[in-house]
Amino acid sequence: MQVSLTVNGQRRTDEVEPRLLLAHYLREVCGLRATNLGCDTTSCGACTVLVDGTSVKSCTVLTAQADGAEVTTLEGLTGSDGELHPVQAAFRQEHGLQCGFCTPGMVMAAVGLLAENPDPTDREVREGLEGNLCRCTGYHNIVRAVRTAARS
Amino acid sequence: VIPAPFEYLRARSVEEALAALAEHGDDAKLLAGGHSLLPLMKLRLAAPLMLVDLRRVPGLHGIQRENGSWRIGAMTVHTDVASTGELGLAARAAGLIADQQVRNRGTIGGSLAHGDPASDLPAVLLAAEGSVTVQGPNGQRTIEAADLFRDYLETSVGHDEVLTEVRLPTLDGYGHGYEKFTRRSEDWAMVGVSALVKQTGDICEDVRIGLTNMGAVPMRATAVEQALRGQPLNAESIAAAASRAAEGTDPPADLNASADYKRHLAQVLCRRALTEAAGL
Repeated sequence: MQVSLTVNGQRRTDEVEPRLLLAHYLREVCGLRATNLGCDTTSCGACTVLVDGTSVKSCTVLTAQADGAEVTTLEGLTGSDGELHPVQAAFRQEHGLQCGFCTPGMVMAAVGLLAENPDPTDREVREGLEGNLCRCTGYHNIVRAVRTAARS
Repeated sequence: VIPAPFEYLRARSVEEALAALAEHGDDAKLLAGGHSLLPLMKLRLAAPLMLVDLRRVPGLHGIQRENGSWRIGAMTVHTDVASTGELGLAARAAGLIADQQVRNRGTIGGSLAHGDPASDLPAVLLAAEGSVTVQGPNGQRTIEAADLFRDYLETSVGHDEVLTEVRLPTLDGYGHGYEKFTRRSEDWAMVGVSALVKQTGDICEDVRIGLTNMGAVPMRATAVEQALRGQPLNAESIAAAASRAAEGTDPPADLNASADYKRHLAQVLCRRALTEAAGL
């Protein structure tokens, strides 16, 4: 089947199998490898991307369901001159990552959270990111990074 | 993990969806947000040959108040229910479903049609005495919450029908409480309790309690309701009534909790939910 969607501002049309998951489409068809597949069961959040501005777990969305939508991945946050998005910069500044596997999903979930709530409390950040697991348990600095991003 | 192959139809109307269901019979499944169905398909526990996506069907989204009841389109996502605070119990429970990403995709109609006794909204619908509207080959019908959940993951919505709308009474004058116990915050409830209480002075005029994950289907805690209705509402009466929360239940044991532990949780959570609903 044919799908047309906008990925990181670029409109594209592709022929895909109906069963192709959005996470696989982004990684293998679009070549955007920042989006990670972790648990593959809607639990860990490593595959979080934005669809029409809201955070979703792309391992549990068919590419067909994103037809006509605007999808943003971590690659789409960075400016054309390579400048980091404020949330990315805050994760770097506050050391909001250890092994880095959960980071793209954490950053995308944080961008989604801040769009809804521009100045969250620590508790609101923790609740807002409850769908993202960090196996290094580096949550403390992640929360700090999101709060730093909110202030910048 | 990748689902088995299937054909995909993007329905443009309820009628088009109904025609596809009629043509493909048991081989077809309706797709709403996909957050119950797609995980099952990825694990190959479900393998429909035809998926009928309702996303582009007009008229299935949105929340309206009308003549003493709420009308919620079946494709309305949990995030939108959660942010409509006037819905009371339903908004509170919807805001505790899984996590933000899941709430952004999962729909009220999909959740109720899936009928998982461990998910939050079925017991809420039951406690609120709401209903769902379904359209089928012979027109439209209403299914009351008490008649909706038949067995484990089995509802009264026919294979040839589309659940189009959820109705909830406005429940003016009722206080509500919702308690859910999980190991990780995004998990399904080990046990959940929905409570609605209407009081005149300190007398309990009406009380309705829904139990999540205490059996193959969501259920009402009728023994608790009977013990409390017409009685004064205080810490002692609530505790005494809540101690009957597990009566008549047959909770499934799982990796997280034995059946006995769930019975214990039901009593504790019922006391907390009632205390909150009574404003004590």
